[in-house]
Amino acid sequence: MVSERVEKIPPSGIREFFDLVLGMPEVISLGVGEPDFITPWRIREKAITALEEGYTSYTSNKGLQILREEISVHLERKYSLSYHPDREIVVTVGVSEGLDLSLRAILDPKDKVVVISPYYVAYPALVELNLGEVIYIETEEKDGFKINLDKLKRAMKIKPKAIILNYPSNPTGVTYTKEELEDIWEILEKEDILIISDEVYDELTYSGKHIPFPSLKRAKKRTVLLNGFSKGYAMTGFRLGFACGEEKIISAMTKIHSFSMLCAPIISQLAGREALKAQKEVSLMRSEYQKRRDFIVKELNSLGLSTHLPEGAFYCFSSIRKFKLNSLDFAKRLLMEEKVAVVPGRAFGKIYDDYIRISYANSLDNLKEASIRLGRFIEKIN
Amino acid sequence: MEEILEILEDNARISFDDLAKLTNKKVEEVERIVKQYEKKGIIVKYKTLINKERLKEERGVVALIEVNVTPQKDVGFDQVAERIYRFPEVKSCYLLSGTYDLLLVVEGKDIHTVASFVAEKLAPLSSVKGTVTHFMLKKYKEDGVVLVKDEKNKRLAITY
Repeated sequence: MVSERVEKIPPSGIREFFDLVLGMPEVISLGVGEPDFITPWRIREKAITALEEGYTSYTSNKGLQILREEISVHLERKYSLSYHPDREIVVTVGVSEGLDLSLRAILDPKDKVVVISPYYVAYPALVELNLGEVIYIETEEKDGFKINLDKLKRAMKIKPKAIILNYPSNPTGVTYTKEELEDIWEILEKEDILIISDEVYDELTYSGKHIPFPSLKRAKKRTVLLNGFSKGYAMTGFRLGFACGEEKIISAMTKIHSFSMLCAPIISQLAGREALKAQKEVSLMRSEYQKRRDFIVKELNSLGLSTHLPEGAFYCFSSIRKFKLNSLDFAKRLLMEEKVAVVPGRAFGKIYDDYIRISYANSLDNLKEASIRLGRFIEKIN
Repeated sequence: MEEILEILEDNARISFDDLAKLTNKKVEEVERIVKQYEKKGIIVKYKTLINKERLKEERGVVALIEVNVTPQKDVGFDQVAERIYRFPEVKSCYLLSGTYDLLLVVEGKDIHTVASFVAEKLAPLSSVKGTVTHFMLKKYKEDGVVLVKDEKNKRLAITY
């Protein structure tokens, strides 16, 4: 019944672990990939009003004109990036759909796509669902989990059709400076390759300023910029994102979107328009995450879980190498013995079995309690 | 406002250790800054926000009292305000613009206690022209905290 293509995608090795966590009610979870904040009230209020006013219809496939215009103004104001609201922006159902659309729009069977490891789980899966082949570039702790340029050059020899970038990154929290991005672009520019840049955590950048990939010289034409409202605006459940790029690719993506999704929900779109005006709320959440980050990184390092200071997003990717447990066993025992949930590193790439992902999108009280329990656990296994 | 003050305003019981971690400062430095705030009277006191809505026992009553007063030469409202805020029953006292002058928050063990405070202490003051007393029926939100219901976490416990 099920297609070969779908059958081929390996089941997530940690599904069982996820089920275990979901079945335990009293867990402190540092395994959550979304903000612990509820959507700011002014955005929720807009959604309520939209319903009251009877906004319950479809919108144009590309998304509401007023939202696309607001996105265009936002990108211009924040990053001096200009995208035409009618031709170069499509509103999607989360960044996930934007990613799927961009891959569907460009891939023919056996086309190669570069994915940077550790990766967000959807990247390789979506490439394979679209019959592409994944080329992994593995980043290492010693490089601060940043892309190694030699590895990047080597990967280019296989002539990949696209590369998926994600910064600030899930699961490492790594982001790049302008100079680092320019070095990457210098290699990519010479190739016939499309850059798909997932920048959904851009608002959650703590050190320095976020540099969108298309803002690099001559990179805009070659990039599909994916972003959305889930993380920075705490709107995961609204399922709202957008893709920006050259007219040709955006219209190809819109074509697929018009058949498969039709449009993003109108209530979410109206709320999203309000969200772009809620910059104050966004910056309050950002400074809250930053405090928690500073707190948890110090705690983790002092417990012996070597952890790079993440420059963005809300994750720590911590090493458990010295404890002689693989990431799944570590996570399972931590869950069973201390009721703290983390995500095993192997979920983000086979070779990351010496790491766990810790999300600090949680209250300070919970983070404190979790680090006490972690300390107790480590003492036991050491 | 300073980051340290912001954190303390939300949680006065946080340890210097944690405060230092949160603000990326040394423990001694944080301690020194806080002591200075205390000395300068910027930090006045550390108090606990109690949700009295949840207390089973007698909770007492709270009244907001609007007071119209006659300001006095040279000292304006300050002197009459002082006469009023010195009463221990007065928990808060504000000078406002608008149709009345002072707004008091008065607490007592029951309605009669508050009523006799108004009738016997407040209203007889020569500079008090009139009062309007509002008894508080329910507190929904105080100091930015919603008191009437818990915001439950609706997230799944684990996601990518």
